[in-house]
Amino acid sequence: MSAQVDLEPPDIASTVRSFPGARRPDRSRWVSSAGLQLATYEWGDPDARVILMAHGGFDFAGTFDGFAPLLADAGYRVVSWDARGHGSSEHPVLYSWGGDLRDAVAVLDSSSVEPVIVLGHSKGGGVVLDLAHAAPHRLTHLVNLDGLPSRGNWPDLTDHERTKMLHGELEGWLDHRRLRDAQRKPGTIEELARRRAKTNVRLPIEWLEYLVPIGAAESEDGWRWKIDPTLRPGGFGPWRPEWSMQRLPGIGVPFLGVLGLELEMMSWGTRPEDVIPNLPPGAEFVPAEGVGHFVHIEQPRRIADLVLDFLDRRDGRPR
Amino acid sequence: MTTTPPDGNVIELLHGRATLALHLLREGWGRPLLLLHGLGEHSPTSVPDHLAAWTGPIYALDFVGHGASSVPRGGGYTAEVLMGDVDAAITHLGQVTVHGRGLGAYVGLLIAGGRPTLVRGVILADGPGLVGGGIRPGSPQLGIIGEPSTETPDPFALLELSRDVRPPDYAAEFVRQAMQWCPLDTPIAVCTVVRPEWLQAVVAEPGVVDTTIAEALALYDPAPS
Repeated sequence: MSAQVDLEPPDIASTVRSFPGARRPDRSRWVSSAGLQLATYEWGDPDARVILMAHGGFDFAGTFDGFAPLLADAGYRVVSWDARGHGSSEHPVLYSWGGDLRDAVAVLDSSSVEPVIVLGHSKGGGVVLDLAHAAPHRLTHLVNLDGLPSRGNWPDLTDHERTKMLHGELEGWLDHRRLRDAQRKPGTIEELARRRAKTNVRLPIEWLEYLVPIGAAESEDGWRWKIDPTLRPGGFGPWRPEWSMQRLPGIGVPFLGVLGLELEMMSWGTRPEDVIPNLPPGAEFVPAEGVGHFVHIEQPRRIADLVLDFLDRRDGRPR
Repeated sequence: MTTTPPDGNVIELLHGRATLALHLLREGWGRPLLLLHGLGEHSPTSVPDHLAAWTGPIYALDFVGHGASSVPRGGGYTAEVLMGDVDAAITHLGQVTVHGRGLGAYVGLLIAGGRPTLVRGVILADGPGLVGGGIRPGSPQLGIIGEPSTETPDPFALLELSRDVRPPDYAAEFVRQAMQWCPLDTPIAVCTVVRPEWLQAVVAEPGVVDTTIAEALALYDPAPS
């Protein structure tokens, strides 16, 4: 399936499913990143101060439907986008970390000439760490939600084991790229939600069912997740998790990091002791008990209050 | 999936959503020699003199964003996806020996590890993009690219593939892949004058021969004259 970029703005209509507290965006538009069309969404007053929010890998901006309205209702204009190949954004030919970074800047350019608050979850947290280094003049604050990969908790492997594992990954990756006309598997809303529950183990099934009509498209044989079928989780490459963490000490704007302490499949495996030595001066860090990788989905009110309190205090506005 | 245009010398290959140009430079029998160009280059239009000793057919592949291959919107180049480009050529050609210049040398190493039973020897030669972006990421940068264009080489390719991170242990792992599963005793031949850190690590691995291009051609040619 190739994403069709319509002239109409990306769909933000309410869907057949609802979830307590979740609200579709107030506005949507397309943003061109060097010609690549990105579905971009906003919640809140269009004249309010911008919070730019980057979602994680295999997610989409609709996964902020529970969290973003809490920030918007507190007086902010929340702007998020479906990453290339994700949600309703165009499926590109190529993917790279640098491409994701440029896409973030394209959305930022389209939203504000003034510096903005930037927030990222999971992989989006890693991308905005790079944004804070590539364009530090474009940020006023940086918030990272469980997006701090570390080296410490990755399994040790012998050379032989690593060689064998890489062989399978390389072959699988190349074989996957040879597939023609790959499509996601169709199913009912309930089936797609149950499939997603395998990697989102701590999230309510009702929430995952709410996400299906947003992140999936319906055709004659059922619903299919819209994410580019050429993408596959895992894989290989030269990237080392600690490289993202090494961006952290150099952050020059007020920083809030939140780490979900309940480890799950999608977690990076990072522990507080991996983060604390890397915190920049004056940074705030919250190791959050009782919550997993999707901190803002599991406990949106708690995490929104953390973010709002952080912003108010750093701006000299006690709540 | 492939199509052959009327002139017969350029074969269009599909790799994902990219269209790649595979050039037939010289017909022949036996295992093909597949040429991979350097960063910003394109395939030669005829067989370079120093490669003419190869007895089999000779092909040359334009990487995505280069030569007669398609230009994607919005960049996103990695050496790994170029390895996939070469795999698309191998799907068409079957077993090959690879000669790579610069960036093509690094990609040649990757595909030697990625398809070790199909790549029967890779010759790594000097050329643009040999060094890459070093052994760890530099400071993130956005780059300044003008309006989107379909001209090659794609400025995003020049930007991203000149900053492509190449840790020595990562490069060495591809040698081990080739050594483990390729039937050749020395599946990798390093013929470069310049030896960036990733290539120093490669040369230090068992199964890598440090030699000249002429000797490497003779080593891998299944029917030397």
